[in-house]
Amino acid sequence: MNKNINIKSLIIDKPLKLDCGKTINNFPLAYETYGSLNEKKDNAILVFHALTGDQFVCGINPITKKDGWWSYAVGSGKAIDTDKYFIICANVIGGCLGSFGPSNTNSETNKIYGTTFPVITINDMVNAQHNLLEFFKIEKLFAVMGGSMGGMQVLQFVSNFPEKAKIAIPIACTSSHSAQNIAFNELGRQSIMADANWLNGDYANQNKNPDKGLSVARMAAHITYLSKNGLQEKFGRKLQERDDLKFSFDADFQIESYLRHQGSVFVDRFDANSYLYITRAMDYFDLTKQYNGNLSKAFEKAKTKFLVISFTSDWLYPTSENKEIVIALNAIGADVAFVEIESDKGHDSFLLNVPEFLNTLKNYINNSYLKNKK
Amino acid sequence: MKREFKIISDFIEKDTRVLDVGCGDGTLMQFLQNNKKIDIRGIEISKNNSQKCVSKGLSVIEGDAEKDLSQFPDSSFDFVILSQTLQAFLNPEIVIKELLRVGKKAIVTVPNFGFWKVRFHLLIKGTMPITKNLPDEWYNTPNLHMCTIKDFYKFCHERDIKLDRALALQSEKISSINEKNLSIKNLSAELGIFLIEK
Repeated sequence: MNKNINIKSLIIDKPLKLDCGKTINNFPLAYETYGSLNEKKDNAILVFHALTGDQFVCGINPITKKDGWWSYAVGSGKAIDTDKYFIICANVIGGCLGSFGPSNTNSETNKIYGTTFPVITINDMVNAQHNLLEFFKIEKLFAVMGGSMGGMQVLQFVSNFPEKAKIAIPIACTSSHSAQNIAFNELGRQSIMADANWLNGDYANQNKNPDKGLSVARMAAHITYLSKNGLQEKFGRKLQERDDLKFSFDADFQIESYLRHQGSVFVDRFDANSYLYITRAMDYFDLTKQYNGNLSKAFEKAKTKFLVISFTSDWLYPTSENKEIVIALNAIGADVAFVEIESDKGHDSFLLNVPEFLNTLKNYINNSYLKNKK
Repeated sequence: MKREFKIISDFIEKDTRVLDVGCGDGTLMQFLQNNKKIDIRGIEISKNNSQKCVSKGLSVIEGDAEKDLSQFPDSSFDFVILSQTLQAFLNPEIVIKELLRVGKKAIVTVPNFGFWKVRFHLLIKGTMPITKNLPDEWYNTPNLHMCTIKDFYKFCHERDIKLDRALALQSEKISSINEKNLSIKNLSAELGIFLIEK
């Protein structure tokens, strides 16, 4: 995968002790930046990506040749304006786009790690990315933000490094992965593991790939990113290039064809083991538990201004879970704003063209930046 | 309206924590922020207004004050403001109680249903009054529990709520309300502004 593409990466030579107990050292952290860092170095935004995202936030992704995953929000004149701000995004560790992950080769065995890669957590991801601040000599970020798993990283980052971000924008996320979240992730993992080509995670060493399993995992997950109404409106019972049912198991319906397509394009850009590792990290995420059952304690030291955003039709990370973060912040008198955006686009709303969301985000960021300057 | 904001601003001391309950589009919050060095938050039920506030960079929570004030610890604000919103709640009594729990002091402004123009409208026209402060028809008004200055004054007395300040506002003119002039102010004022505490 991605052999001839220039991927920027930082080799982290400080040992990083992982939550699983293992320590990693001299490992790569792939990143991308947009815009430029000003002289005062007060305009940096660290964006965290979601489960299947990567460091290529906007512009054309060099791997997929498609728009970056947050192209609606990030770019020149957009909500997160690359003309004003310096945007940094790193591929999470455990990922497959240049950062240390299960598709890397273990120098000791000369074999691809596969499932011998250590289990990583959201905390580990965030600790690894913290090295970027030192690398860019940024004392304090203007903002940290991200949706879904990116939002979890925002929460973890602020709790780990309370002095390092002026504003924090967790979007469509949770402070603790619910049973339903874990259940869907487990479905995806089992689908990958059920593929005969998975070979207990050793497929890369044997020149195989569990395409079928990974594709079904993506199909199942994709449904959770959309809303019932959204699906009904877009596809309904419309048939795929045919006038009538074929009385077979072909993709008669457009929704079937759509999901199959989503599954098949996904396997070209994503590593199945990375999918296992990253979903595991999400499942293990429980910030409340990290602070002995009191989520407020996670933010006690933070002098950060928070904006929490949820979407009406997001049933994967519903408003109620986002509001728990708000409640925990209010309980300690933290500086927090919260809006629930009306959208029928489900969890994926944060990635899509939802004008109310993008406008609110844009104006909040710009006005907070101006106030901060005063 | 400007006058009301000015009075509210005068009530608030600097370097305090303030919560604006039912903050609308954040006009008052911005006014206060520009006038006083304070740490201000807001809570607003309307999606559209919450988004307007957040767009201004204001720390406003979209929520229902009748439920969501419970999130805030006791005395977590020095001042809690309720500007012309009391009448829109299902249960104003509980809201006042919550305001006085969350805030050390509360500033409550009430559109006066005892204002002579309101009374006159009902008396002469025989239909529900529509005025500058009460612009809606009976069937679409958000105001569920209208009260008069006298009603609110009595309400506070009966519950041993301390009235630190009680002001009457009539087209930019401000005057104090007291036990003696209560009936007159109740007739002449459009708006009552109260600074209360437990």
